[in-house]
Amino acid sequence: MPLVLERRSERSATIAIASPLIAIALTLATMAVLFAILGKNPVEALDVYFLEPLTDPYSLGEIAVKATPLVMIAIGLSLCYIANIWNIGAEGQFLVGAVAGSWLAVRTNGTDAGPWVLPAMLLLGALGGALYALIPAICKVRFGASEILTSLMLVYVANFGLDYLVRGPWRDPHGMNFPTTAEFDPVATVPTLIEGGRLHAGAIVTLLVVMAATVLLGRTIMGFEIRLVGAAPKAARFSGFNADKLTLFTFAVSGALAGLAGIIEVAGPVGHLQPDISPGYGFTAIIVAFLGRLNPVGILIAGLFLALTFIGGENAEIAIKVPLDLTKVFQGILLFYVLACDSMIIYRIRFIRTPRKPAHANV
Amino acid sequence: MRAISITKRYGSFLANDGIDLDLFPAEIHALLGENGAGKSTLVKVMYGLIQPNEGELRWMGNKIVLAGPSEARALGIGMVFQHFSLFENLTVAENVALGLAPTESFTAISERLAETARLYGLPLDPKREVWRLSVGERQRIEIVRALMQNPKLLILDEPTAVLTPQEADQLFVVLGRLKGEGRAILYISHKLDEVKRLCDTATILRGGKKVATCNPRQETAVSLARMMVGADIGEVKAASRRDVSVPRLVIYQLSLAPDDPHGTHLDRVSLEVRGGEIVGIAGVSGNGQDELFAALSGERLSPSEGAIVIDGLAAGMLGVNERRRMGAAFVPEERLGHGTAPRMKLSENALLTGHAASGMVKRGFIDKSATLAAVDRATTGFDVRKAKRDPEAVSLSGGNLQKFIVGREILREPGVLVVSQPTWGVDAGAAATIRQALIDLAGRGTAVLVVSQDLDELLEIADRTAVMFHGRLSAPLSAAEVTREKLGLLMGGAKTGEEPSVEEASHAVGA
Repeated sequence: MPLVLERRSERSATIAIASPLIAIALTLATMAVLFAILGKNPVEALDVYFLEPLTDPYSLGEIAVKATPLVMIAIGLSLCYIANIWNIGAEGQFLVGAVAGSWLAVRTNGTDAGPWVLPAMLLLGALGGALYALIPAICKVRFGASEILTSLMLVYVANFGLDYLVRGPWRDPHGMNFPTTAEFDPVATVPTLIEGGRLHAGAIVTLLVVMAATVLLGRTIMGFEIRLVGAAPKAARFSGFNADKLTLFTFAVSGALAGLAGIIEVAGPVGHLQPDISPGYGFTAIIVAFLGRLNPVGILIAGLFLALTFIGGENAEIAIKVPLDLTKVFQGILLFYVLACDSMIIYRIRFIRTPRKPAHANV
Repeated sequence: MRAISITKRYGSFLANDGIDLDLFPAEIHALLGENGAGKSTLVKVMYGLIQPNEGELRWMGNKIVLAGPSEARALGIGMVFQHFSLFENLTVAENVALGLAPTESFTAISERLAETARLYGLPLDPKREVWRLSVGERQRIEIVRALMQNPKLLILDEPTAVLTPQEADQLFVVLGRLKGEGRAILYISHKLDEVKRLCDTATILRGGKKVATCNPRQETAVSLARMMVGADIGEVKAASRRDVSVPRLVIYQLSLAPDDPHGTHLDRVSLEVRGGEIVGIAGVSGNGQDELFAALSGERLSPSEGAIVIDGLAAGMLGVNERRRMGAAFVPEERLGHGTAPRMKLSENALLTGHAASGMVKRGFIDKSATLAAVDRATTGFDVRKAKRDPEAVSLSGGNLQKFIVGREILREPGVLVVSQPTWGVDAGAAATIRQALIDLAGRGTAVLVVSQDLDELLEIADRTAVMFHGRLSAPLSAAEVTREKLGLLMGGAKTGEEPSVEEASHAVGA
């Protein structure tokens, strides 16, 4: 009984919504098996991972804090991916944004600079991310280099650049040789939303970005251009759109959003620049973008869900002593299932009976 | 070979509904029908490519079940497809060897290939690379490849669709010889005059059902057409009297290198299309028509401003949207993927060509009601049949989608319309609607340029017809002097040196 994929005449709206849910269900089942192999009780493990964080107010706040950069980066990436442009280097753009914004914080540290510092830092962060993202974009447009490779490689360049700065020129002289800058001044810090909590104004910026992306994709000619270039490049050319310009635009926007997320993270929850400011947000955001169906609202939900896996993973490490890397395994399996389930939107699976071979086929 | 009560379902759609077909040795049997009538499905069943849901095949009286094309070939059934399966970068002999059993040495195959080709008068150089060959030569490879397996039944799917009239004549001679050798031939076509000339028996399909089996020589073209379509087709009527005005589209000495290595170099193409007239460009596909269309639409820019002039303004270096704002409109050959984005809604596909010049965008924001209104106008004006108000483009049938695309452009009331293969693969009813719309548009003063491989279409609607060959354009022939034979000769690259009166003839005639 061979399986065949048969093209649907119209894309299935039901499956489009159900696909991420099916993918999550399959991932949970796979994880249960994995826990069982590790000798843990699967039910207990899944409970620690996915339910306990939802019942604890502190964990809920932390989920929002983690979701803030994830969603912001993923929105930018989704614009690229819809246009069939593959920015894989958001992690690097995140780091460069953090560095670019931090430069001002370090320069003004200890001076009596006014409240203009934070907005200027955010601007610098976005600008830094955008310029860094334009490197692979220009290489693609000008030389035809694969943006997948170049953008990915530049992540490591950014990583080592950040490392050099915080261990060298920007190191806090009173920091007892730890590789970190001095704690940012209050005017260089993103304010928290609730007194004493860690949830900060960056969450509101993220919500604004989600709304702006919804309008851009659904209502504007720019959004139409992004969707058309991705869906039918030849038709896009016939429509008078320039794919090269769009490559530069989407890379710049996604870089700016990643850079903005980077500086908000540093000036918000972290409070200073240090080497490990990101637990891989730029890479996890790729999963968020696809799990959210490249749809802004979907990405918001997916970002919260992926943030849950980070928190759940930390809890599970303490409570049932499983390695933290299991979170990455989980995220990888999830992306795999999401992509597999997505093909069901355009195709359906059919079983076909193989006809019995003839006993004799003589002429 | 007999096919008895073949039924094939795709979901709820009946592609073949209880079709019987009897093929005899030394007979050319025509399978007639419109696009979507079920011809291809039936022959795919007979060649083992797909399995029928019901019915059986009998080969020389014995029941057979074909699990795949190789079993069909082993029995002695050969097939020449409409779309060739050849590797462009391999030689003729290498392509043939790939399709044969690996038991034979490559030298032996090359020799047998040359021998078969010589025997049937199908000249082929085994050492040539396929991409250097014309479409007619490529078809010869397919035919020779099929003949080398010594088939008792040869199936040909629309073989003349890509040939010049003269090449088609050569093919008919070969088919006559094969018939004389006692082979059965199943000949799929929708060209009635060919079938009347060539075939001994005709089976007509319509909507998946067999309508009749008859002797085509005893039928008239009209009676055959009525059986195919199920109703009389409305004759396209010329607009009462068209006033021809000033040139609205001028192509002057346009030369352009191709942007892919197997493309055609445009060589000093010149042409004038005046308001109120329809000019046709004939030619076998791959002679530069695609390149010319891209240059006219502005998808590729010309080397100089004045190479293309729209309504008196130099447009050679302007993009497609600037040309649209000047009042030009374009319909490309490829419906899905070029003319429309397949997985986008019709309203979005209306925006695809309407965003620059049709007031569908205000300060960067899309006016959804304006795009929907454009869909509705095209739907009512051009009788586009669809399941809901705004479906995805890919869900429409070829004919309905083409009516939508042509309607989308015509409703903009363009001053210049360039349309490529307007009725390719479209059912007869839709084709008549589209041709009538083109004639009516010219009647309103528009300059219409039609690029088409269908000579009948050009003879029917064009006031003047030029021929493209190897990237050059011949001098146009007026409707009074044009004949199939003249066009056919030009399509094959013959010179028309005896027409010095036309000034373009000196440079625009084939190599």
